[in-house]
Amino acid sequence: MEFDESVDITDKVCPLTFVTAKVAIEELDEGQVLAVRMNDGEPVQNVPRSFKEDGHRILKLLDNEDGTYTLFVRKVE
Amino acid sequence: MAMTDEQIERYSRHIILKEVGAKGQKKLLNAKVLIIGAGGLGAPAAMYLAAAGVGTIGIADADEVDLSNLQRQIIHATSDIGKAKVKSAKETMNAMNPDVNVKTYHCFVDSTNIRELIREYDFILDGTDNFPAKFLINDACVMEKKAFCHAGIIRFKGQLMTYVPNEGPCYRCVFKNPPPKDAVPTCKQAGVIGAMGGVIGSLMAMEAIKYILGVGKLLTGYLLTYDAIEQEFRKVKLPKDNSSCKVCGKNPTITQLIDYEQEVCEETAGRFEVKIENY
Repeated sequence: MEFDESVDITDKVCPLTFVTAKVAIEELDEGQVLAVRMNDGEPVQNVPRSFKEDGHRILKLLDNEDGTYTLFVRKVE
Repeated sequence: MAMTDEQIERYSRHIILKEVGAKGQKKLLNAKVLIIGAGGLGAPAAMYLAAAGVGTIGIADADEVDLSNLQRQIIHATSDIGKAKVKSAKETMNAMNPDVNVKTYHCFVDSTNIRELIREYDFILDGTDNFPAKFLINDACVMEKKAFCHAGIIRFKGQLMTYVPNEGPCYRCVFKNPPPKDAVPTCKQAGVIGAMGGVIGSLMAMEAIKYILGVGKLLTGYLLTYDAIEQEFRKVKLPKDNSSCKVCGKNPTITQLIDYEQEVCEETAGRFEVKIENY
């Protein structure tokens, strides 16, 4: 899947997981796509929901089959 | 300018808020707030603004830390007694957050220096303890078109209001002129409960932060009063028509700053404080 920017939050713990991803998406323009690599478990549970609460659009959650996932989010202002 | 990982972590509880985000935190980091008075009100306000990452904080006070200050001026410690309040304040703020550029002004603010002083700041907090200073700050902010937050505390009571140019009444619209001498209690009679500075000073910091972020409603056109005995807040709507105000009205008669005679305590060299307010 195509994306404009990516950020890796696998080395972060809550709430810095979402905070780091949020800082990254704020750098994008409306309509651009951010790819966020995250660990299974708590980040997969919470990060997509937090993006949704901020009004962004979740496109896809891809299982990397190595214990990590990549979330694709489209920025909505 | 991108934030460092350390900044992202430090301000994470701000950034996570929808109303703040990285954008809002950067506004705070680029903002300049001046606090006049490093006392009961200025101390908590300065600490919260420093912790919040307000990038430049000016702090003006001519006094030195005195033992009797420490019951409420939580930015100063016992070991600071005798030290300039602005120096003690800066040390506490920078220990908490080295991101913040604290500019100190160890002087009395008067008609000769205030306009130049406030000019470089985005928002001003009036944490002073006497009427001449309060009218001076108000008039200077009106003349320089600066937003500011007024506050005052005495005994178990506190109050605050915010002036934004062209958006509502100024302090003089409401209170007209300093009260006659001896009409209000001085430091010798009055006293103040220490936590009052924390309540009202924190509300001042909140006004500054919201003004910088451009979020929510400010206390423009309102006077918020707090009575700790009754444990009661009142938000008093102020009259809208301020066209006849002597400083911010249509035809101002006050076009130059006035140094009203300072209420003086027996010993002004920091031994006692002048503690008078609008009650």
